[in-house]
Amino acid sequence: MPESTLATFSVKRLEIIDQNGNADEALLPSLSGDELRRLYYLLLLTRTFDGRALALQREGRIGTYPSVLGQEAAQVGSAFAIAREEWVFPAFREMGALFTLGYPIHQLFQYWGGDERGLRTPDGMNIFPICVSVGTHLPHAAGAALAARTRGDRTAVVAYFGDGATSKGDFHEAFNLAGVFRLPVVFICQNNQWAISIPLAAQTASPTLAQKALAYGFDGIQVDGNDVLAVYRATREALEKARSGGGPTFIECLTYRMADHTTADDASRYRPPEEVAAWRERDPLLRFERFLARRGLWNEEYAAELKGKAEGEIDEAVRRFEAVPPPEPGGMFDFVGAELSSRQRRQREEVTTF
Amino acid sequence: MTQLNMVQAINLALREEMARDDRVVLLGEDVGKDGGVFRITEGLFEQFGPDRVIDTPLSESAIVGAAVGMAAYGLRPVAEIQFMGFIYPAVDQLFAHAARIRTRSRGRFAAPLVVRTPYGGGIKAPELHEESTEAFFCHMPGIKVVVPSGPYSAKGLLLAAIRDPDPVLFLEPTRLYRMVKEEVPEGEYTIPLGRARIARPGSAVTVVAWGSMLQRTLKAVEGYDAEVIDPQTLSPFDGETLLTSVEKTGRLVIVHEAPRTCGLGAEIAATVAEEAILHLRGPVLRVAGPDVPVPLAKLVDHYLPSPERIQAALDEVLRY
Ligand SMILES: Cc1ncc(C[n+]2csc(CCOP(=O)(O)OP(=O)(O)O)c2C)c(N)n1
Repeated sequence: MPESTLATFSVKRLEIIDQNGNADEALLPSLSGDELRRLYYLLLLTRTFDGRALALQREGRIGTYPSVLGQEAAQVGSAFAIAREEWVFPAFREMGALFTLGYPIHQLFQYWGGDERGLRTPDGMNIFPICVSVGTHLPHAAGAALAARTRGDRTAVVAYFGDGATSKGDFHEAFNLAGVFRLPVVFICQNNQWAISIPLAAQTASPTLAQKALAYGFDGIQVDGNDVLAVYRATREALEKARSGGGPTFIECLTYRMADHTTADDASRYRPPEEVAAWRERDPLLRFERFLARRGLWNEEYAAELKGKAEGEIDEAVRRFEAVPPPEPGGMFDFVGAELSSRQRRQREEVTTF
Repeated sequence: MTQLNMVQAINLALREEMARDDRVVLLGEDVGKDGGVFRITEGLFEQFGPDRVIDTPLSESAIVGAAVGMAAYGLRPVAEIQFMGFIYPAVDQLFAHAARIRTRSRGRFAAPLVVRTPYGGGIKAPELHEESTEAFFCHMPGIKVVVPSGPYSAKGLLLAAIRDPDPVLFLEPTRLYRMVKEEVPEGEYTIPLGRARIARPGSAVTVVAWGSMLQRTLKAVEGYDAEVIDPQTLSPFDGETLLTSVEKTGRLVIVHEAPRTCGLGAEIAATVAEEAILHLRGPVLRVAGPDVPVPLAKLVDHYLPSPERIQAALDEVLRY
């Protein structure tokens, strides 16, 4: 028997707005002027939050913090497509996605300020707590999607993670489950191209991350992660497909982490400054501004006004965060289980006395 | 001789051992170019190259699993897990394979590897960065668990761990990395695994503490006639040093930051109950973390055994 080819694959890439703000009109998602301006505000809010969080960390008012600088479009664009009742499983660098979903901003300051009460998602929102252990939340997303299907709900589940997470066993196990059961789940990778000091090429030998989905039997697509409309469009389509029984999708948002990995990191030890400079040119906010300006939806004055509004909203969140009284020592026992053992009750008293 | 902190002492141990034995290789996340997130492996990539200082993908199970294969093949891998809270994805490799390969192959294969990882609380870091779950690992036959409590012992114990014929989990108390400096000689010295050290002699009460709790305990016992034992190796535990001391003092306090229930303190207390109960003059007391996940920065100081709690235990047992 001669050799034959059993399968060939291709991976799509989506970009709608170019660097100068020109759009491919055929691909533009249908969004009103107000919605476009809302997207812009959310990008700005995320950037403003990020700058403030870095400043608060330097002043010792919050702890170690992972900056989202450069990844605003990937986060805001994807979360903008998610419906309120849908389940979301974030990693730890999704501040922009969380705001977009309506997560209270002061609670994020509270969490990064070392108070676990910040992790309590408001009722009515199905957002799982920030996952610090890289990639280990992906099977949860598959599980929630399996549950949604078991219950017959037309809802979808979204999981966020980074490029580093694609090396974890949990990533592969979750993908496999999602493929085998054709689960209503959308996996969103923010490929910011670095996992602390490890560049993408040292993380995986595959030229795209998107193609990893193909091995598990579902679609993977690469999206320009600095193009908020491309990310939005891809996510919306993937969610619609998931809700209507079409199975999982993997979206690789190709973006860049412009800041250090966290405030405890010094990226200049391992990362060439030219690379960072080149990506500054591709700033997701700048690109969207140019796009909006071309449509008469943006000018300097409008931007200044919105900036003021974002600053005000963040100021208010910081005030609220700092006005929360510190947790009581006994608070560490809250929610360890539905009930405390007699031993834990005794320990709780001990902790409160000392 | 030079005064080194623990980061420098561990770095020196790795550097010397890699120069002495070309089978020794390092692997882990960010250990290469970046020198590790705590700078433990700083300069080693430049000195020994990418074949011996291996930056791996973000895969704890693969890191420990690969170390098993490398060790079986004849190398001496020293794997770094970035924080103890991230060793859990690799527990299967550690428990189901590293710990048992000698048994399973009836002696044909072994896994002489070291897994180094920062551990312990009080550094105001995010969730899972302050774990102290050493007891899980002490419960697993086939693995040794080593905890240095200062720069000098860190170097001597790490050299012994790398040369050990079986897998060793080497827990580095994160809070101590840059806290204390000690004289650390260059060149050859090892501290045998499985042997405790009397960190401070005394005769009225024996106190056992390890990791960053040892330093805290040494401060807390000032003014007491306490004998402080630093186990150095938690598994296998040096029962002899413990029993000799308890037979002398008649009293025992154990300090650990790990949750109290099924913590190593329970095993130490049981050993004394079995072998020296007639020497005891009072109850064995434990000062431990409560049975809760280590809280974040705002509460972690209420979680860790405080000097006041250690002193209260001493006062209580000394009433007998
Ligand atoms: C299981 C696990 N291993 C190691 C770490 C330490 N760590 C935190 S973030 C990170 C890199 C993550 O990279 P990536 O998944 O690409 O996300 P990014 O930080 O780039 O957003 C590492 C190694 C961790 N949190 N969890």
